[in-house]
This record gives sequence, structure tokens and C-alpha cells, in this order.
Amino acid sequence: MTHFWRNRKFLSIAAQLISVFTVAIVVFILWDNLTYNLELLGIGFGFDFLQSQASFDIGETLIPYNPTDSYYRALLVGLLNSLRVSIIGIILATIVGAVVGIARLSTNWLVRNLALVYVEVLRNTPLLLQLFFWYFAVFISLPKLENQISFFGLINLNNKGTQLPFGLEISSELSALILGLTLYAGAFIAEIIRGGIQSVARGQWEAARALGLKPGLIMRLVILPQALRVIIPPLTSQYLNIAKNSSLAIAVGYPDIYFVASTTFNQTGKAVEVMLLIMITYLTISLTISLTMNTLNRSFQLKER
Amino acid sequence: MLNRKWYLLFAILAVMLSMSACSRRLRGGNTTTISRLDTIKSRGKLVCGVSGQLPGFSFVKANGEYAGLDVDVCRAIAAAIFDDPKKVEYRNLNAKERFTAVQTGEVDILSRNTTWTFSRDTSTGMEFAPVIFYDGQGIMVRKNSNIKNLEDLKGKSVCTQTGTTNEQNLADQMRQRGISYKPIVFEDVNTVFTTYEQGRCEAITSDRSQLVSRRTTLSKPNEHTVLDLLISKEPLAPAVKNGDTKWFDVVKWTINSLINAEELGVNSQNVNQLTNSSNPEIKRLLGTEGDLGKAAGLSNDFVKRIIIHVGNYSEVYDRNLGKNSELKLERGKNKLWNQGGILFAPPFR
Amino acid sequence: MNQNQIIKWLRKNLFDTWYNSILTIVCVFLLVWGAKSIFSWILFIAQWKVIAVNLQLFLVGRYPEQMYWRLWVSIFIILGLTSVTIGSLVKKIPNRWLPLAWAISFSVILWLIGGGLGLQAADSNLWNGLLLTLVMAVTSIVISFPLGVLLALGRQSKLFVVRNFCILYIEIVRGLPLIGILFIAQVMLPLVLPDDITLDRVLRGIAGLTLFSAAYLAENVRGGLQSIPRGQFEAGKAIGLNSIYIMLLIILPQALRAVIPALVGQFIGLFKDTSLLSIVGLLELTGISRSILAQPEFLNRYAEVYLFVGLLYWVFCYSMSLVSQRLEKV
Repeated sequence: MTHFWRNRKFLSIAAQLISVFTVAIVVFILWDNLTYNLELLGIGFGFDFLQSQASFDIGETLIPYNPTDSYYRALLVGLLNSLRVSIIGIILATIVGAVVGIARLSTNWLVRNLALVYVEVLRNTPLLLQLFFWYFAVFISLPKLENQISFFGLINLNNKGTQLPFGLEISSELSALILGLTLYAGAFIAEIIRGGIQSVARGQWEAARALGLKPGLIMRLVILPQALRVIIPPLTSQYLNIAKNSSLAIAVGYPDIYFVASTTFNQTGKAVEVMLLIMITYLTISLTISLTMNTLNRSFQLKER
Repeated sequence: MLNRKWYLLFAILAVMLSMSACSRRLRGGNTTTISRLDTIKSRGKLVCGVSGQLPGFSFVKANGEYAGLDVDVCRAIAAAIFDDPKKVEYRNLNAKERFTAVQTGEVDILSRNTTWTFSRDTSTGMEFAPVIFYDGQGIMVRKNSNIKNLEDLKGKSVCTQTGTTNEQNLADQMRQRGISYKPIVFEDVNTVFTTYEQGRCEAITSDRSQLVSRRTTLSKPNEHTVLDLLISKEPLAPAVKNGDTKWFDVVKWTINSLINAEELGVNSQNVNQLTNSSNPEIKRLLGTEGDLGKAAGLSNDFVKRIIIHVGNYSEVYDRNLGKNSELKLERGKNKLWNQGGILFAPPFR
Repeated sequence: MNQNQIIKWLRKNLFDTWYNSILTIVCVFLLVWGAKSIFSWILFIAQWKVIAVNLQLFLVGRYPEQMYWRLWVSIFIILGLTSVTIGSLVKKIPNRWLPLAWAISFSVILWLIGGGLGLQAADSNLWNGLLLTLVMAVTSIVISFPLGVLLALGRQSKLFVVRNFCILYIEIVRGLPLIGILFIAQVMLPLVLPDDITLDRVLRGIAGLTLFSAAYLAENVRGGLQSIPRGQFEAGKAIGLNSIYIMLLIILPQALRAVIPALVGQFIGLFKDTSLLSIVGLLELTGISRSILAQPEFLNRYAEVYLFVGLLYWVFCYSMSLVSQRLEKV
């Protein structure tokens, strides 16, 4: 008769029950402490505060907003700002990354190594430090409006922001954030793209050339589809990083969703609710990016017989 | 019927369930009857939450010691409890974590130039002690910017710190006057001031005392001026956690004793002689008569200890913010009620 | 190299086609102009006094001077162990005492820096600058490593509750920005823990970093676990080992060795992420540099300070990535 501690079925059931109980008890204790502490402090739980007046101003908004609007609207403004930074960052970083990635493969020694220096410098310093550098050492150190730096009257740089053609004006905060995020992510994306292109076997190039295809067509029809198969999964995680790193906007004074949520917490003391809002927002953004990229990925997958 | 192993399993599960009774609710509310005052006494030191970055209120001197008005409040309490103003541990708190630190008991008292408001009193789980500094929110600009009042700020950028009443008050006032402006907001107070100095914003708003104090740390203080206007009332007061009357009373009456001592003319130079004074008010204050100290959980001569080690309100003010300091802030509303100000403490009786 | 070889090299690498030649000329022009401006800035315009005066603050913050000997001893221990480890890796002589030596020295160094148990304590508020960055990065990695392995194993588990709990944890933590996790650790941790347990700011920072890093580590280890052929597991069963031993002695060593590059990459990321702790009030390297920039004499020296601090981070991170590249070849 096997001892009970060797009976596999019993052990499996016992392990399941014990683990369920452990998790349930730990959660119960933590939850209990939480509600007890909140009660003691007089802070209830509930999302009604979202309807009350925000009473604070937001520096940059995509939709009309003033301090009499609700916290809900303030958070919406923050969310739109986050999305704006993330989307622009993703697009620009991909472009930068593609250019630098291809430069890394250039036959020109100078171009190749300049790209290498760019990648190795930016990848090995913290993003926060780079953002501080761009904002404090560069953008707000620009001359004042009267003495602004001007490129052919189309692009103007001064310490309040950047003026681009077509009437676009970007504040210093947003400029520093976009530039920092783009250059940082661009370095990582460059390596991903380089790895992807290098992963395509040399034989493919040679076979395509033997078929008489021009370089442009070779890239488009033979190399890129195969390279993209390798590129897309790590590229997805870089895009997710861009979206998450946009939360560093708080360090340079740009009002993104994290910053607005943090201000909301400061003013209402509603820790749990604000935490849940932040979590739901970022998880939704991450999920959207993942799903989009996964659908893209599937269309590039090898269709095995 | 069932094998022994199942009984063993159920026994283990039952033990685990009983361990969950370690949860506070089921243990009962014994912990709430122990006052923080007793905890402090047994710990041997006071844990004081301060800013650590505001000259005049709480900052770290070159030799590592803390000094300032908020710091002196904590030193006074330590003197009252332990007869030793050095028995304090200071924790630097930024604007975001200051309330959580009190709520969770990480610090015993928050002495951090915090404005007493309705919402903070009711919905952050804190109690505010008597006001130690009546302040107001102001604006600092460069002298050559020709900004003289709020209307001149139209279309300009104003730097401010988040997590403070400042950002809301400015929004209120500008909205009331219909002036549009651009707020540049940061979490870290140092960043706010350095960004203003760089010229990113034309104006900066904060408590007037903070503006005056911080102006001395700018690279060219004389280029800046604090405007005469007041955007709001900012009564600065220390705060303690809700629900601990004994501890709250000690903090309250420490502050009241500083004010009453000045009112009765007791200071650190004459407190020893005045112990033998014939004035019954002074006798009750210094504990030669009556049992007021004991009723609060302190020694009867706790005020004497405070005055000897820290001084009365005017000495504390002059040392940190007034004529003996670098800031030279006028006492203004912070004078006694019978000298033109609004400082008024209930009597020691 | 004689002149012909140089010209051949130049022709092949810089001027082989017409567009490459143009690119080379443009790059050389930009490089020369850039180098001239940068060097003249470094030598003449920048004021490096801010670094010289505050070097102590950058490196160790307000750590008491009389206790510096402890830091020197720690550095000595680390250098000694590192050289022994590199020696054993290069010569391919495995030394079975090495992991134990590292583990013991980790605790010894923490004891030396923090004090307590016989040595005078140095309050954690005084550990600032590079010292704090290193302590937090190493401690987080050391604690999050077993946690990450457990999570990865849990994710493979057949037990419904364990598997889904692990999946939920990993996916939620990976979907949030680190600053959100630090916010949660800073604000929520004190609320969910019982009153008697108070975590100081450094511990909360480490807790946040650890919880964050464990989820990413779990994914890396999972990749390694999935790369182990099922045959290994079956062979282990065939020689009569039970599951735990199989995991410990056969599967994990192979899985971890397979993902060493990813693990080192994770450590590099964690080292850089310690800079975010400056946002929650900790004075590690980034935080102390902002605090130094608030000193009245050095108010506008952003470029100097950030470049210096950036260089410090870069030296550590680039060395680690070089080590990882070498390890890949081993």
C-alpha cells in the first residue's frame, strides 16, 4: 500500500487545495488590512469622485477643458495626451530605427560605425536621464522668443517650444518627450531591424539576383517579408515599451494620463481607485497594441502545409 | 471511511484558516487604545515628517543638522516629552507622500508647511494642530518683466508644483477673472524653481513665505520680485493622524504654549527666574502650580522644558524667518492678537 | 600598413560607390564640425567644477566618512570574486564554491554597508548616489531571480489556480509602466500591510523593482524552459528521480544557461530603471544629481551633470553588455 505522500492523485488534489487556500487567505488578509486602514482614515471606496470638479488646470489639451470640468474629463485629457505621444513616438521611432538599422548594415565604414555609436550610447543610458538632458540642457536652454533660432523661417526653436511649418506648435515639454522617446526606442528598433535583415539567409539575396531582380524589388518581394517575420515580435515589445515609457512625461511636466491620475490622487486621496484607473488604462493600451501587432504577425507567418 | 491522508489534509486546511484570524479585524480593536504618545515614549524619539528643502521652515544645514520653523515645532515636542530637543528623527517627504506617511504611521507628526483646508481635514484621515504660520499664496516674477498683477499674466506661462493647494487656487483666481494662461506643472519643487529661473515661465506661484525663502537660493535674487498680491489664504499647520486624541492634545498644547509664553513675556533667557514668579498665569504655564501637564500625559513642567530648549514663538520666528535669519520676513499677521496680528492661543487653566 | 594598403582600405570601405562617397564626405564634414564644437564646449565653455566639488555626493551621497573603509572592503571583495569568476570561466575550470562564495559575499557586503549586528548602523537615508543605485539594483536582481523562476515554473504548472495566478500576475505587471508599479508600491503597500510592519522608502523602492523585474524574468526563464526537449524530463524520470530533483538538477541548469543573454539584458534594464526611483523621492544617482543641480551655485549646469551621470551609467551598462556577449560565446 503506497504511503499517502506518494499517492500522486492525492498529492495533486492536496496541492491544489492548499494553494487555493494560501492564495485566498493571503488575499483576504491584505484586503482586510486595506479596508480597515481606509476606514480608519475616513477614505471610502467609490468612483463618485470622478464627477466632482477637478479644480486644476492642464497645460496642454487636445479637447476643450477648464478647471470646472470633472475629474473624468481631466483624465480623458490626460489619456488623449498619452495616446498622442505614444502614436507619434511609435511612428517616428520606427522610421529612425529603420534608417539606423539599415545604416548598421551599410558597406560604408563611417556610416556603419556612426550608427553603432548611436545605438550603443543610447541603449546603455537610462531613458529618464536622456529626457532630463533633452528638456533641461537643450529645450529650455534655447534662446527666448526674441532671439529664437530659425531654419529658413520654417522651423523656429525657442525656449517655449518648437514651431513647425503648417502652423504646428509643439511645447518644449512635448518636444523633449517625443525626441527622447523616439531616439531611445529608435536605437533598440535599429538593432531589431538589423537582426531581422541579417537573419535572412545570404542564399536568398543571391538567388533573387540570379533571377534578375533589381535591388529594390529584391528588398520588397524577397527579403523584407522574411525579415519581418523575425522583426515583428520584438518590435511589438518595443512599441509596448514606447507606450509605457510615455508615462515618464511626469518628469518633464507634460500632462499625460499618469500625471493627471497622480494629481487626482494628490487631491482626493483615493489611492485604490486611482491605482485601478491607471492599471486599466495601461493594460488596455498594451492589449490594443499587442492585438494589432499579433494580427499583423499572423499575416506574415509561414503558412505551413 | 476516508483514509487517514484526507483527515490530515483537512487538519492542515483548518490550521491555515485559523491563521487567517491573525487578521486585525478578528483580533479585535485592542491596538487602537494605545496612544501614539506612549509609543513615542517607549521608542525614545519622535519621528517628524518635514520637507528638508525649504530654508526657514525645514532644511539641512551644512553640518547635517536640521533647522527651521517646522523643525523647531518637532524639537519643542521632543523637549516636552523627553527634555531633550535632539531626540527627533527627521524624514524628508515630498508633496505626494506626505499624507500617506502620516496615515500609515510612518511619521508621528507632519510638520511640513502644509496648508490646513477643509478637504484635507476631512478626507485624508488627518487632524490639523493650531496654525503656526499664517501665509498666503503669491506670485514671483522677474523685475524686468513688467508684470504687476494677475491680469498681466494673460497668455503667459506660470510654473507651479502639483500636489499643492497652489495649483488649484491659481486656477480658481484666473478663471474668476477670465484670464487665460499656461500652467507648467512639476512634481518636484526644485524642478519648479529651476525651470522658472531658466525662463521657461514668466511667473511662479507658491506660498509667499516659500517664494521669499527660495528667492535667496536663486542665482541672481535681485532680479526677481515677489508681487504684493495674495491669491489665497494659506494657514500652515502641523498634522497628525486621525483618532488619537491624547497625542493630538500634546501637539496642540505644545504649540499653544509657544504662543502663550510669548504673550506672558516668558522666554529662554528669563524662564528660570520666572519659575518663582508671583503671576498665577505664569505659574500655571511653567507648572509650579496645578497639574495641567500631567493631565496631558506629560510632566508638569513641560512648558519650561520647551522654553529652555527651544524658546517662545517670537524667538523661534526670529531665529528662522525673522530678524535673526537671512529671510527677514515681517511677522505681519503672525504677531500676537494683542499686537496687531492674529496669533491667539487658549488660556492655560 | 603602407600607403597602398591604406588607400585600398579607404576605397573599399568609404568610397566604393558614388553614393557612399557622398555619404562619407557628408559624414566627415558633420563629424569634424561636431567634434570641434563638442571639444571646445568640453574644454572651454563647460564648467566642470560642479562635478569636482560634488564627486563624493554623486558616488556615495551622505554616507558617513568614517565608514568609508567598509565600502573599500566591499569593492575589494567584489573585485576579488570577479577575477576568480572570470578566471574560471576563461580556463573552463568550474569551481563549485563560486556560487556559494558570491551568495555569502552578497550578505556580507550588505551587512558591511548597512551596519547592525555589531557594526554601527548607517541609516538607509544616507545611502545615496551610485552606492544606492548599485545596492538597489543588485538586491532587486538577487531577490527577483528566485521569484521569477518560481513564477515561470508556476506558469507551466498543471494546477489551475497556480497557473492562472502566475499568468495574471505576469501579464498585469508586464502591461504596466514601472512608474505605475512604483506608485502602487509607494502608496498601496503601507495601506495593505499591518500597522506594525513599516517599510522605509528604500525597501518600498526595492519591493517595486523586484515585483516588476520578477515578471520579466519569468518570461525569459519560460523561454528557456520551453527550449528544453521533453526527452530530458523523460530521461530523468527513467533514472528514478522525482519531479523536484529533475527540475533542480536537470531542467533548470540547462534552461538558465540558454537564456543568460536575456538575463543579463534584464539586469542592464533593471540597472537603468533604478533611475526612475528618483521620481518617488529616492536619492540614487539620478536623484542626487537633480538635488545637486538645485544648489544655488550650480543651478544651470545641466549638461555637465547629466553627461557625467550618463557616462557613469554607460560604463556600467556597456561593460555588462560586453560580458553578456562574451558569455554567449562560452
